[in-house]
Amino acid sequence: MAGGKYLLGGLLFIVAAAVGPFLPAWLISLLTISLASALVVLGLILLWRAGLVSFGQALYYAIGAYAVALMMRWTGIHDAFVAVIVAALAAALTAYLVGFLLARYREIFFAMLSLALSMILYGVLVKTEALGSTDGFNVSTPTFLGYAPHGFALTIALYWFALALGAVAAMCVSAYMQSVAGALAVPVRDNEIRVEYLGVSVTKLIHLKLVIAGTLAGVGGAVAAMSISHVDPAMSYWTTSGGFVFITILAGAGSVAAAFIGSILFELVRTASVALMPGTWQLILGTVLLLTILFVPGGLASLFVRRRKVAGEGAQ
Amino acid sequence: MLLGLAILTDGLVYAAYLFIVAVGLSLIFGVMKILNVAHGAFYAFGAYCAATAAGMYFDRGLPDAGGFLIMALAALAVGLVLGLILERTILRLVYGKDEVIIVLVTYAAFLILEDVILLIWGPSSLFAYQPLVIAGNFMIGPLVLSGYDLGLVLLAVVLAVGGFYGLRYTRYGRLLTAVIFDRETAAAFGVNVTRFFTVTFLIGAMLGALGGAAMAPKISVTLGIGVEVIVLAFAVVAVGGMGSMEGALVGALIVGLCRAAAVHLLPQVELFVIYAVMALVLVFRPHGLFTRAQPRKI
Repeated sequence: MAGGKYLLGGLLFIVAAAVGPFLPAWLISLLTISLASALVVLGLILLWRAGLVSFGQALYYAIGAYAVALMMRWTGIHDAFVAVIVAALAAALTAYLVGFLLARYREIFFAMLSLALSMILYGVLVKTEALGSTDGFNVSTPTFLGYAPHGFALTIALYWFALALGAVAAMCVSAYMQSVAGALAVPVRDNEIRVEYLGVSVTKLIHLKLVIAGTLAGVGGAVAAMSISHVDPAMSYWTTSGGFVFITILAGAGSVAAAFIGSILFELVRTASVALMPGTWQLILGTVLLLTILFVPGGLASLFVRRRKVAGEGAQ
Repeated sequence: MLLGLAILTDGLVYAAYLFIVAVGLSLIFGVMKILNVAHGAFYAFGAYCAATAAGMYFDRGLPDAGGFLIMALAALAVGLVLGLILERTILRLVYGKDEVIIVLVTYAAFLILEDVILLIWGPSSLFAYQPLVIAGNFMIGPLVLSGYDLGLVLLAVVLAVGGFYGLRYTRYGRLLTAVIFDRETAAAFGVNVTRFFTVTFLIGAMLGALGGAAMAPKISVTLGIGVEVIVLAFAVVAVGGMGSMEGALVGALIVGLCRAAAVHLLPQVELFVIYAVMALVLVFRPHGLFTRAQPRKI
């Protein structure tokens, strides 16, 4: 069963990579940004499974983005691989440090404290004129192990790069979910104290999940920064976090694939609504969110799972 | 000395503003256990309606004092209508669900209402400067203070005193306290908890809109004012302890004074200080300064 999933995922990955060069540039950029969001959402799904909703994931997203931007500006290293590693380390370190605080909180308090932490970063970025204040600053063009594409080739290269990162992240997260630590998420959500009685430190478990989620968000931020070629404080604003939470709800916490589908849908709807009906983007967003919560509480993932179950019963 | 006085007065004015905005949020959370993100939209609607009403009223050259009344009434009316719509149509469907889910529902409502504002008033800003001019300025020693700011502080004091009195000494307030302490027991004693939810939400919504109306003359009423205010109100309520009247008051004072101090002493940290204070308080008092510890359920 699990093998089949990986096979399907691998096939989709190859198809997605192969069709890249035949798509218009705007669509490729959109897909790259979707992949960046999907990385963040993968982390949110891990937290969501443990009953935690982070309204501050933009903190790590912005840390990752700014880490890349600053590295390129200060050191002259432009390699995308190095950039992603630096962003991942910076975000992981941040998540590790704030994790000592955050891992003690649950429910609303977790959501609010994570929100506050991301707003602290926002406040710092807005007031730091060396980093361009509210305008942010531009990110230089990345290179890929010496290969320095421009124009359309760069767009494609970044897309492939993001796709590869997404595939690796999807496999790692999927493996983590099946590990003991990953599987304990649902018991933590249901009854934390009983998990403690099993001899597992829930605080440490959640701390680990925070670091994983933070690292993923940092990598997402790095991809976004290179794709947009610009970073600004809005990346750490709470509405950015809200967008990620929105995709998580839309996708549902049940599946890794849903994170990608949800992110692509999100970006497509955003682009369409901005182009066709300007000024109604949030209206559409809010309505979809509301309808999802009311009628599809498990997200898009639950639709697929339910259908598959019904089909399986029919076969028997 | 002068600097200290300036920090104190600025801090008090800012605290008054924060309290007016946060008290409705805190009330709704205390009674219904709902962290109402749509509060920011109530605030924005209140500001827009008050600014529109003020513009229409003062253009006619009617007596000045009535303008303040019209602004307040416009805000209260829009708060009532929006609160009623939201509570009766959407929130009713999600009572009893996870607190976090309800936060997301109010977040959705907030997003929708933000664009409704754009559809009604368009992208241009409104200015309701007239009340500031009418209220004039006065001096405390060498400091020039706006009469309107004094009015803001008075409004906050009236709300605080009214709130304390209402909760402690009226029948409705005492029943409400019972609902806050234990919803099920209150229901078992014959309190109509559902009605209390509706009424509380309406009062909270009206307070949010009133906060917007009170601030309208001091800011340019423009898109996105609700986004900023909602995180500020969260910070205040989190510092004080969610759902506590004393908490909202003390939280507003702490945050207001800290921000005023930052503005005068170290302007670079102005935005940062509010959330730093919140994080600091939460480190030592995870549920805010004025909340009782909750027993853990096994």
